[in-house]
Amino acid sequence: MPPEAAIALVTGGSRGIGAATARALAAGGWPVALTYRSGEDAARAVVAEIEGAGGRAAALDLDVTDVAATEAILDRATAALGGPVLCLVNNAGVRADDLALSITDEAWDTVLDTNLSSVFRLTRGALRPMIRARHGRIVNLASVVGPRANAGQANYAAAKAGLIGLTKTVAVEVARRGVTVNAVAPGLIATDMTADVDEGQLGAIPARRPGRPEEVAAAIAFLASDAASYITGSTLFVDGGLAA
Amino acid sequence: MSTVTTEQVEAVVVKALEEFGADAGDITRDATFETLDIDSLDLAELAQIVEEEFGVELKSDDIKSIKTVGSAIDLVAARA
Repeated sequence: MPPEAAIALVTGGSRGIGAATARALAAGGWPVALTYRSGEDAARAVVAEIEGAGGRAAALDLDVTDVAATEAILDRATAALGGPVLCLVNNAGVRADDLALSITDEAWDTVLDTNLSSVFRLTRGALRPMIRARHGRIVNLASVVGPRANAGQANYAAAKAGLIGLTKTVAVEVARRGVTVNAVAPGLIATDMTADVDEGQLGAIPARRPGRPEEVAAAIAFLASDAASYITGSTLFVDGGLAA
Repeated sequence: MSTVTTEQVEAVVVKALEEFGADAGDITRDATFETLDIDSLDLAELAQIVEEEFGVELKSDDIKSIKTVGSAIDLVAARA
């Protein structure tokens, strides 16, 4: 069970892996604040679902690239659910695929800012109360892309590889305060983000199928739990064997 | 507005250092953080504690400049 009064914050929680994670954390006893950028209705539906199952949740609008809004979101989550954020799931992410030859500055900046820089800023803000509480769980959504190449995703790969580096270094800085920082690296997961991915790619996956958001959420919920208290600085691949 | 005394700051600082694992008997004004095995993470948390208790903000450069227990106490007391 989570520490008393502690809450979880999941960015990009209106759909896909984020929504599944919000449900899984709530099932594990966490009150969950989930953020959305444009999917307000979907976010509120996730909240309703969690509340219907006896949990507590709140939907908060957030563009993770908005620095001021990112600085305010932890306090907003606390105000909504009445406790400090001691579990942070950095899930919000975007793709803007192209060959490196053709990636525009805007496509590069957007992906790096959303997928990496915003994670740093949210992490920096969340660490303070976690350190004081002597308890924290930060889970960053990385990817098999980053550790492995994927043509057409140089910006995404750079951000996700960078995220793993950030995860490891922050983990060792704060480990002795009972704060764990880990990454989950999904492979091809059936969500809106991968709706345009060619089915022909399934042949490369040993499991011969895309993963389900719930399968990634289960890994995140595990890392957020007491059972994972000695796991930090790690990357847990949820990819049907793709990166093995 | 009440004035914060150096003694009040000292009490909070000493209590924090003990919480971080320093031996009470070793915590003197002249003791360096290095000899007390107080590292940058501890000092970052100390900065948080003095901000919560006294409203004094210690920035990263301030933290890097304080080497002894006494210098930390004096800096916080001066800004409180």
